[in-house]
Amino acid sequence: MTTVAPARSESTGDSLTAARSSLANAFFSRLTAGAASLILVTLAAVATFLLVRAWPAITSSSADLASKVDWLGTASSDTLIATIGYLVFGTLLIGTMALLIGAPISFGIALFISHYAPRRLAATLGYIVDLLAAVPSVIYGLWGGFVLIPKLAPFYGWLNREFGWFPLFAGEASPTGRVALSASIVLAIMILPIITAVTREVFLQTPVLHEEAALAMGATRWEMIRMAVFPFARSGMIGATMLGLGRALGETMAVYMILSPGLSYSFHVLEASSHNTIAANIALKFPEANATGVEALIAMGLALFVITLAVNVLARWVVSRRSEFSGAN
Amino acid sequence: MAKRIDVNNLNVYYRAFCAVEGVSLAIEPHSVTALIGPSGCGKSTFIRTINRMHEVIPGARVEGEVLMDGIDLYAPGIDPVAVRRHVGMVFQRPNPFPTMTIAENALAGTRLNNRRISKADAEEVVETSLKAANLWEEVKDRLDRPGSSLSGGQQQRLCIARAIAIKPDVLLMDEPCSALDPISTLAIEDLIAELKSEYTIVIVTHNMQQAARVSDRTAFFNIAGAGKPGKLIEMNATSVIFSSPAERATEDYISGRFG
Ligand SMILES: Nc1ncnc2c1ncn2[C@@H]1O[C@H](COP(=O)(O)OP(=O)(O)OP(=O)(O)O)[C@@H](O)[C@H]1O
Ligand SMILES: [Mg+2]
Repeated sequence: MTTVAPARSESTGDSLTAARSSLANAFFSRLTAGAASLILVTLAAVATFLLVRAWPAITSSSADLASKVDWLGTASSDTLIATIGYLVFGTLLIGTMALLIGAPISFGIALFISHYAPRRLAATLGYIVDLLAAVPSVIYGLWGGFVLIPKLAPFYGWLNREFGWFPLFAGEASPTGRVALSASIVLAIMILPIITAVTREVFLQTPVLHEEAALAMGATRWEMIRMAVFPFARSGMIGATMLGLGRALGETMAVYMILSPGLSYSFHVLEASSHNTIAANIALKFPEANATGVEALIAMGLALFVITLAVNVLARWVVSRRSEFSGAN
Repeated sequence: MAKRIDVNNLNVYYRAFCAVEGVSLAIEPHSVTALIGPSGCGKSTFIRTINRMHEVIPGARVEGEVLMDGIDLYAPGIDPVAVRRHVGMVFQRPNPFPTMTIAENALAGTRLNNRRISKADAEEVVETSLKAANLWEEVKDRLDRPGSSLSGGQQQRLCIARAIAIKPDVLLMDEPCSALDPISTLAIEDLIAELKSEYTIVIVTHNMQQAARVSDRTAFFNIAGAGKPGKLIEMNATSVIFSSPAERATEDYISGRFG
């Protein structure tokens, strides 16, 4: 890039310096560095905002908070910290279940599109999946609340009767179906498109070289997928899953519209009024919150922020642990 | 157990395009057969029909017969997966699985047939196949390193080890040395000479000296022009092909007066 036409070397007096292109180069490298640091600045700004605004609520006594915020008390089960604890539990429980339901289905769809379906069908399916990703979450919430839940409620009853010995399905199944499992199912459907779209791309990028290596050894198609596709796509699958989890953790409207809220550390996902998520709780309490109430809600937002960061760090760590075997080298 | 291959009137297609037409030839067991010819004449296409890898490509199909010890590999009821366990393949670019260790790579094929192989048996397979591929001495102290940590030539020998670990009857090699330096190339040529005692080997090469050095018989493929199918021009003992070929095109090609 530094070998320059003679015409320009005359003007600069140095045949090895490309004045104009190096200027552009410097400009763009500054620009990208600036864009990158903007992300860090935003992150720091959000963290600072959350900390500063939540600080009064975090540091004031529970009696003081209870006198100003009607949904907080002084008993060991309704202080701010205790409430956040329940909500963190609810958020993680509902998010994890959504992932356990959604991720395997997404991987299945992505694999079908990338490696099983005939080309025409694969294109159509891919298109539909992309469309689903663009549907706003309120729509999913409405659909879940009006269409899905009435259909699921009887099924929950059956699940509770027949498989009540399994801790998750124990307790008293709610006849309304406005329970944690419903929220998880709707969330699973919501995160399906994004996980599918990302993993499909990764599956498609498996080097033909490695697929053929497996096939030529006498692998069936499924064996080839386990031997060449999954190991290659592993970090992409984790990344996609985390993207989905991020959405599920932060999703507000769908959960708000579906779940009958409550606070507990119960694993009985068929019981109503036992769980809530941080995001849905903020949406629920925000409209009527006074100044102190808002500070308390921001403290919950801080908790959500920390959870999301932790999930991402964990994902990176999992991905990097075997990066030597990733095929990137 | 090396087996013989007889190809009768084989036409090979990519969708409507006929890439190889009317090939009939015989490959003796325990011999090395070299396929030579200009780029695009269908050598890779042809060699991939012998282990039914051709049909992996969408729209690809084959007409005619490929007999292995008299059994038509394209007869109805023949499972391509089973065919590939009998006919191993080494590709032009070394392709060890990057997510597997050296040992796991050597074992990959064996694991497909026998998932619960004991640790001792597994170590045995790894050692014998790596020894057979002349790679053991170089990697025996780092069997748990990724396969991609090896040099190109070592990776290619690892791929050969992986292919022979499942004890195929026939070993196909599509330009196995084209990505390698002269030393690694010689190492693989020596290896081919050794493997001949146990396998039937078919090798595609652009290197005339290599064909002359390693093969017993040589088949020359040619193409009449772009978009035309490749054809087998002649096949004979390697010494005959390189000293007194019957066809003018063959002589032109091997003496470099081509096109
Ligand atoms: N996947 C494919 N789809 C369609 N046509 C193909 C495909 N692969 C190869 N061909 C065509 O088939 C013909 C033969 O190709 P092939 O790769 O067998 O040649 P070759 O003799 O191996 O060449 P080279 O020496 O360059 O490797 C060429 O015209 C090529 O364009
Ligand atoms: Mg080729």
